[in-house]
Amino acid sequence: MKQFEYARAASPADAVRRFEPGTMYLGGGTNLVDLMRLGVAQPDRLVDVSHLPLDAIEQDGDRLRIGAAVRNTDLAAHPLVRVRYPMLARAVLAGASGQVRNMATIGGNLLQRTRCGYYQDVTRPCNKRRPGSGCPAIEGDHGNLAILGASDSCVATHPSDMAVALAALGAEVHVTGPGGDRVIPMPGLHRLPGDTPERDTVLEPGDLITAVELPAPPPGPSIYRKVRERASFAFALVSIAAALDLRDGVVRDCRIALGGVAHVPWRAERAEQALIGGQATGEAFLAAAEAELELARPLPRNAFKVPLARNLIVRTLEELAS
Amino acid sequence: MNRIEGRVKVTGLATYAAEYPVEGVTYAYPVQSQVAKGRIARVDDREALAMPGVLAVLSSERPPELAPEAEGELALFQSREVAYRGQIVAAVVADTYENARAAAAVVRVEYQPQAHDVHLSTEHPGLYRPKTVNPGFPTDTGHGDVEAGLAAAATTIDVTYTTPVLHNNPMEPHASLAYWDDLGRLMVYDASQGATSGRDIIARTFGLPRDAVRVVARHVGGGFGSKGTTRPQAVLAAMAAREVGRPVKIALTRHQMYDVTGYRTPTIQRLRLGADADGRLTALEHVAYEQSSTVEEFAEQTAVPGRVMYGTPALRTAHRLVRLDVATPSWMRAPGECPGMYALESAMDELAYAAGLDPVELRVLNDPETEPGSGRPFSSRNLVGCLREGARRFDWERRDPQPGVRRDGEWLIGTGVAASTYPARRMPSKAVVAAQDGEFLVQIAAADIGTGARTVLTKIAAETLGVAPDQVHVEIGDSDLPDAFLAGGSMGTASWGSAVFRACEDFQRDGKEGHADTAEEIAKDAELARHAFGAQFAEVRVNAVTGEVRVSRLLGVFAAGHIMDATLARSQFIGGMTMGLGMALMEETYTDEEFGGFLRRDLAQYHIPANADVPNLEAVWLEEEDEELNPMGSKGIGEIGIVGTAAAIGNAVFHAAGHRVRDLPITPAKILMPRF
Amino acid sequence: MDITLQVNGVSRAVDVDPRMSLLDLLRERLALIGPKKGCDHGQCGACTVLIDGRRANSCLALAVAMDGSEIVTVEGLAEGEALHPLQAAFIEHDAFQCGYCTPGQLCSAAGMLGEPGPSAVTEDLRADPELTPAEIRERMSGNLCRCGAYPNIVTAIAEVAP
Repeated sequence: MKQFEYARAASPADAVRRFEPGTMYLGGGTNLVDLMRLGVAQPDRLVDVSHLPLDAIEQDGDRLRIGAAVRNTDLAAHPLVRVRYPMLARAVLAGASGQVRNMATIGGNLLQRTRCGYYQDVTRPCNKRRPGSGCPAIEGDHGNLAILGASDSCVATHPSDMAVALAALGAEVHVTGPGGDRVIPMPGLHRLPGDTPERDTVLEPGDLITAVELPAPPPGPSIYRKVRERASFAFALVSIAAALDLRDGVVRDCRIALGGVAHVPWRAERAEQALIGGQATGEAFLAAAEAELELARPLPRNAFKVPLARNLIVRTLEELAS
Repeated sequence: MNRIEGRVKVTGLATYAAEYPVEGVTYAYPVQSQVAKGRIARVDDREALAMPGVLAVLSSERPPELAPEAEGELALFQSREVAYRGQIVAAVVADTYENARAAAAVVRVEYQPQAHDVHLSTEHPGLYRPKTVNPGFPTDTGHGDVEAGLAAAATTIDVTYTTPVLHNNPMEPHASLAYWDDLGRLMVYDASQGATSGRDIIARTFGLPRDAVRVVARHVGGGFGSKGTTRPQAVLAAMAAREVGRPVKIALTRHQMYDVTGYRTPTIQRLRLGADADGRLTALEHVAYEQSSTVEEFAEQTAVPGRVMYGTPALRTAHRLVRLDVATPSWMRAPGECPGMYALESAMDELAYAAGLDPVELRVLNDPETEPGSGRPFSSRNLVGCLREGARRFDWERRDPQPGVRRDGEWLIGTGVAASTYPARRMPSKAVVAAQDGEFLVQIAAADIGTGARTVLTKIAAETLGVAPDQVHVEIGDSDLPDAFLAGGSMGTASWGSAVFRACEDFQRDGKEGHADTAEEIAKDAELARHAFGAQFAEVRVNAVTGEVRVSRLLGVFAAGHIMDATLARSQFIGGMTMGLGMALMEETYTDEEFGGFLRRDLAQYHIPANADVPNLEAVWLEEEDEELNPMGSKGIGEIGIVGTAAAIGNAVFHAAGHRVRDLPITPAKILMPRF
Repeated sequence: MDITLQVNGVSRAVDVDPRMSLLDLLRERLALIGPKKGCDHGQCGACTVLIDGRRANSCLALAVAMDGSEIVTVEGLAEGEALHPLQAAFIEHDAFQCGYCTPGQLCSAAGMLGEPGPSAVTEDLRADPELTPAEIRERMSGNLCRCGAYPNIVTAIAEVAP
């Protein structure tokens, strides 16, 4: 690990003031410290934002505001989240381990980096880590990488479970930074790799996530389901966050987001559009899934994710419809 | 009787290799090769040496002196050739771990790279027949005419199974703490499965007399074979300590373990079986293709189970090896039997289906009178008993053999069976017993890597002496104690127990001191086939939507001689079965063909079973009386638990899902895409 | 940098390298070898300690960031000679073999027993579930055990669980 300076921020404004090139914000540290030890992250300076008073979960009418420093455990255990946003509680509980959830913050969870093996190994090429060095995963180890929205530069996936639920819920990410405050609606925080895979998100240097605000929960039942070969403590092969609102067998509203398939938590808008206003039948669910997965460009060793995602969409919708 | 070291282990006081308090300790951190093959042109350590706290950089630029006998992976920095990506090519010693690690990152190694080859295939032109296979078995064996047997068979199968690179992954990373005392004696605290053999190897590597080296390993955080041979970090710690004149500690990172502490070779195994109309085998052929490195030959004995398991008029077992630009494979729990029985017992299941026979009955029908490979009588063999007992407990009689027809919602349900076997051997060891203040001190350089050796040796001594266990104090894990065999090959308790038993007998002659050396006794052991046997039964649930496989029930029934401690034995069995579950469903290290070396070198991507994967696991046993083993009548139990588990689970997956996955691990990808 | 933390009830002032993890601080500077280094990346749980009462991976915590925290390691679970009930249950049920994951399992279990809310296997998110074996298995899955002592670990924890 490279030597660095450490300072605790007194307030969000203080954190932003302390930011200069080479600075990184330290939240729970569960991914950043991991990446620093691997040599993937090499900050000159850490500004610790984990102690900022951003750790409240507050109700605001039918909305819920979650401070960026709220720990994953506390989010999933919060009575309002469990009752009103079960999809989110389940997504958080599906991620990592009890220990990691106790440490990891909401802001940090959103800003996790990919677990692609090439990205994590500084002795191998990776366009995300070293722009222009190449993407060996495309010909190599991509068994758990992206099938949707990938590019010739990068086939990484975003590892977060929570972000998938937030994408389905249409959460808003509150950011403060050198350019002032702004609000970024999910799933717009994360970006596809294109030819600049080094950028995971639309955040600018010095931007600090201060809160995540949830709109009123979508009507109807909701689900988060995660597929993995180890029964716990494993990243998703594919996961799904979905909500379905039916009236008289007709889909009034529908939210579908997929994890483990793309560089972003993938909001399945094509599938949603195909369903809304139509009959909630098995055929319609399959057609919607296939409409979405027409966009898939699988590689030889991750091609299984296409039938997996299709099955998961169909089965999840069937379950929500019943 | 609970584990003797239980209290120190639950209070955090048990001391593992890297944890001994030593004055003035320094830290070493290795630099690993970034090419898979080539020559080191230059090591530029100037920047590293200028870093804070750095005391030395070791590399082939100025090779630290080792004896000419230093060999293989232990001959650190003696050559400029790079044999595989991840090989240790330099190391930094510094005052703190942080400083050593930071400096290691700036050691510049310039290579003259060469084209590498890390791909194992049955077509590889470099395949050859090794002289012997681990630990000295003949490479190829056979009798009868396999082709004629197959031609005459009513049913034949010809199938190929593949298993991936597997890593032992003990929870304690390999670590060593070394210093040279004022008299020039080398002290090494080492994460080692054998203090005696570790001392001998280190002494030979440094050209020292054996009594000039002491290896201590009182507590070892698992090994599963990977700590059975001395690993480079022990040599590096000693070398670095000599260089800087201070104690040096080195604990490999989890990532580094994947490269330099051994692994199970990937295998490609072709099985050809034939059976007559009644289901009796007419031929059995098992050919295994495996890899080793260019540094050392390690040839796993994967095809040996066919020499033990079933009677057949025609038998051929063979091993072919290719030396690739890869790290050196080594022992991993039940080398040979574990991957070999996965293939053989999967093939037996396929044969049962092809012949329309029950897989339990097929095995019973082919149970041999004498050991098929050697013709020797068995000291005891209770495979049939294990199969029958397991079948009874698993309600096997009511099993519908039809695959792919039982369903609970999304889940397809199936059951499978496989046999287990593991040799029951023992090796010479020495022990001393002395009376001390009304207590009895037993000394032997045995190792407790989690097996409960300390506890079971205490019981053996107490029973032999006719005293209470709390009057006996067993001292192990130190090469200054009487020489003993290592904890490996399921031979620990049989080897050490024999020595302790004899030493206690000797003690009783004068009540003051007893000595034993079992070399002569073991040399006189009769020529018999000695093996433990078992039967594993699995019930799995295969998700038709997601391809996820969950093991809902796993039962092992074992016949392993006299079980000396039911609690410890059960823990060993279920531990082995759990590792077998991992092998079946999730464990795999990815070999990077483009750059060489391994990817996914951590516990987030190399999945070993977590608590949630192991819901219902039972291990039971049939008590055996076998007087041809050792004074205790015991067979080793450390490895048999893993043997057959993967096959039982794979067979159950076939029964559940209706298609056969012949490539481990059985992941959702392979369930969802049968031709994946 | 100078930091002060409470470790097993004792105030410790130390000057730490910012790169040092809490785990290395405990093991290499404070002679507390109970917390184990198994992976150094939060992937095995062997380093689990209680930070301000909550179980956490000490390998992922920078020591400097822990200034002012209260740390409990496995060495701090027992009350003098009297073992913590979890420690006693682990011995009684043979819930370990090599013992290397054990301190982390124990601290994790101690933290887990006080953790509110549902888990990934809880059917009804609204109720705080009973600690069934399935709940214990899921909640303890952040602590890997290569010896495969899981069934015994679950039995031991179930005995102590309320």
